[in-house]
Amino acid sequence: MLTIRQAHEGLKNKEFTSVDLTKAYLEKIKKSDLNSFLGFNEEWAIEQAENADAKIKSGKFEILCGIPCAIKDAIMVEGQKCTAASKILENYVAPYDATVIKKLKEQGVVILGKTNLDEFAMGGSGENSAFGPTKNPHDKTRVAGGSSSGSAASVAANEACFSLGSDTGGSIRLPSSFCGVTGLKPTYGAVSRYGLIAFGSSLDQIGPIAKNVKDAEIVFQAICGKDKMDATSADYNLEFSKASLKGLKIGIPKEYFVKGIDKEVEKIIKNAIKKAEDAGAEIIEISLKSSEFALACYYIIAPSEASANLARFDGIRYGMSVQDGNLLDVYLKSKGQGFGEEVKRRIMIGTYALSSGYYDAYYKKAEEVRQLIKQDFAKAFEKVDLIFCPVSPVPAIKMGERTNDPLSMYLMDIYTVSVNLAGLPALSLPAGKVENLPVGLQIIGNHFQENKIFAVAQEMEKVL
Amino acid sequence: MISKEEVQHIAKLARLELTEKEVEKMQKDLSAILDYFDLLKRAPKVKAQPASAKAPAWRGDEVISSYDIADELIGQAPDKKDDYIKVKNIF
Repeated sequence: MLTIRQAHEGLKNKEFTSVDLTKAYLEKIKKSDLNSFLGFNEEWAIEQAENADAKIKSGKFEILCGIPCAIKDAIMVEGQKCTAASKILENYVAPYDATVIKKLKEQGVVILGKTNLDEFAMGGSGENSAFGPTKNPHDKTRVAGGSSSGSAASVAANEACFSLGSDTGGSIRLPSSFCGVTGLKPTYGAVSRYGLIAFGSSLDQIGPIAKNVKDAEIVFQAICGKDKMDATSADYNLEFSKASLKGLKIGIPKEYFVKGIDKEVEKIIKNAIKKAEDAGAEIIEISLKSSEFALACYYIIAPSEASANLARFDGIRYGMSVQDGNLLDVYLKSKGQGFGEEVKRRIMIGTYALSSGYYDAYYKKAEEVRQLIKQDFAKAFEKVDLIFCPVSPVPAIKMGERTNDPLSMYLMDIYTVSVNLAGLPALSLPAGKVENLPVGLQIIGNHFQENKIFAVAQEMEKVL
Repeated sequence: MISKEEVQHIAKLARLELTEKEVEKMQKDLSAILDYFDLLKRAPKVKAQPASAKAPAWRGDEVISSYDIADELIGQAPDKKDDYIKVKNIF
């Protein structure tokens, strides 16, 4: 089905209206058995489409005007439920728009609904949702990947033209890889986090999931930039990049092609690298020597930040409340009954790592290792323009395959977490398939060089 | 393996009520994860660095009213009276 560009042209040339388009997507959503949406509002979607059509009629409208999209249910859309796929927020209604939503609304997008995710964006498979897992559109016995499971599955299954996800340790790139769509995790600070339910505040970024690189670029351009509501957001103008595969220096981290990677996945990634070389790129082996520590580092820092961020769900200010006994009982029971297994596990890890007597050995040590990981990338980018590597060591796993072994689930994030620790931008680009299961190539850029990633990824799209 | 008491202590710090079964599962899971973290001991030492090299973002200390969404914000509280959020006695 349609890309943003094609839909925009169709609207411009009066081949169809935004209402037509919106109705077509709503039909798909209603017939879907993927569980990619947690909620959608037909009446409101049509109303937005009518407003967009009026704007289009006037002749002056932006590229996203009238384009139907889906939003991860951790991002606030005023007046709509925002559950973070958690029982504790089952009936929470967002009192205001996230900055990214405000920006999309200014262009006149049509928001179809809110998509499924791992509870509080914690997970790599999408199975940690309190409202059931999202199925992979390519094989319904397999996971869609997480945490932005519904955002990736909905775009892959043509239930939305594009979507927004969020990425703390791979949550945009993993599901994009598993579902065969294009997803960008922007540079830390490129996109405002205001209105995103916080998980790991030094790692979280909102980003686009789309049908192709151009669409991801269009959406990224619409949502990036400084926001006074997020002190970590940066002034940002996405400039056109003349970067091209010809003469481009591509770094290949030698530590990423060792044991643990699926042979077929490795073949697909190596083939993509070969194609880049054939197109004139120079392939340079690099070393990210602290890679072996990245996963441990991430699984201390992210849960530590999460344990602080999730303290606010206390059964008093919002969400589920178990009014039983004294004040302490309200806290204990509301959290105990409201949070799912994985969320509790992460809160426990984080609380442990920050607790008296363990802080130096875990949290402080992890912060030091984070510096090493940043230095590795800084050194690599002195020599190369971009880094190519896998998104995930495996294609989409079977439902339930790793749910009983959290550590094996965490190992799926081995290639994605370093990017968040270093605050870098990275894109997942469909690069091939293992039987019918898509595999993504990860393209990592230096800080605020999304333009270079987009330029090169569009060329790669043509040769893959 | 991390002890039952230790799990219960951490759970209390985190204000999480765990069932017997959850405590047992948590002992197992946390132990495996903490064992994995041990590999950080092999990481080279680095000099302590400030958390952020970037200058902090400053802004004027001005009052910005959010009274227009006060009803929506208070409306989310599970227990309330008029414009107030109700909390259990703390004494």
